[in-house]
Amino acid sequence: MVVGLRAADERADRVFHALADGTRRDIVVRTLEGEHSVSALARRYPMSFAAVQKHVAVLEEAGLVTKRRKGREQLVRGNVDTIRRASQMLDQLEAVWRGRIDRMGEILADDPNGATR
Amino acid sequence: MTVTNVHKDPDALTMTMTVELDASVERAWQLWADPRQLERWWGPPGYPATFVDHDFTPGARANYFMTSPEGEKFHGWWEVLAVDAPRRLEVMDGFSDDTGTPNHDMPAGRMVVTLDERDGKTVMEITSYFTSPEAMQQLIEMGQEEGMVLALGQIEAILAGSA
Repeated sequence: MVVGLRAADERADRVFHALADGTRRDIVVRTLEGEHSVSALARRYPMSFAAVQKHVAVLEEAGLVTKRRKGREQLVRGNVDTIRRASQMLDQLEAVWRGRIDRMGEILADDPNGATR
Repeated sequence: MTVTNVHKDPDALTMTMTVELDASVERAWQLWADPRQLERWWGPPGYPATFVDHDFTPGARANYFMTSPEGEKFHGWWEVLAVDAPRRLEVMDGFSDDTGTPNHDMPAGRMVVTLDERDGKTVMEITSYFTSPEAMQQLIEMGQEEGMVLALGQIEAILAGSA
């Protein structure tokens, strides 16, 4: 049990670490839309091919993308199983809107009569 | 301010949220129509929005950006599809590149807002429509920190469950 928890912890750490970087988040989003080669990804960012390859390796380690070889290309795809579930996304959307609605409530409380325009 | 109902349809990729507000319809409309008020609630905490243009005329585009605590800017746009002040608003919501130019490679979502008076209060209904799960994923994750934080929590839960 403790060993299992620790393993889960370490995997979660890898996911958090992987997503803490803006370029890596962008790679995840792009590769969810469709497969991209590492070289195609590398052209999108102001960094070397090796640096992009390293980012992809971090994401792969975290299970956020999968990689396959096709000829001389390495193709990267967002791991749908890990990060795409429509109902979960709707839960996230609900949380986003609940946050917005809370803030709307604060504005109405601060300024009940609103702007006279 | 009470969320009275949330209807989620994962197949149709829509979510409708019904909210009861202790304010008149005209007052509630200002939350959307007055850019200075809109800026106070659109972005997640720590990511204030700035609407550079804001014109509630059908066909008009509103451009905005959100600024992260580190000063990074996330640009987006709204296109007003239909407006019937102070009762109904329909907009497309999408992303822009770093120069504020709409990025049409990125998905856009449609949002319909209606405001109705009921017993001296306002019932606000917000419906979000998405064209694909990928579009929904991107719109939720890009620059919407609350969604991102939740995504991380959910990934963590999935990983914990499979360990």
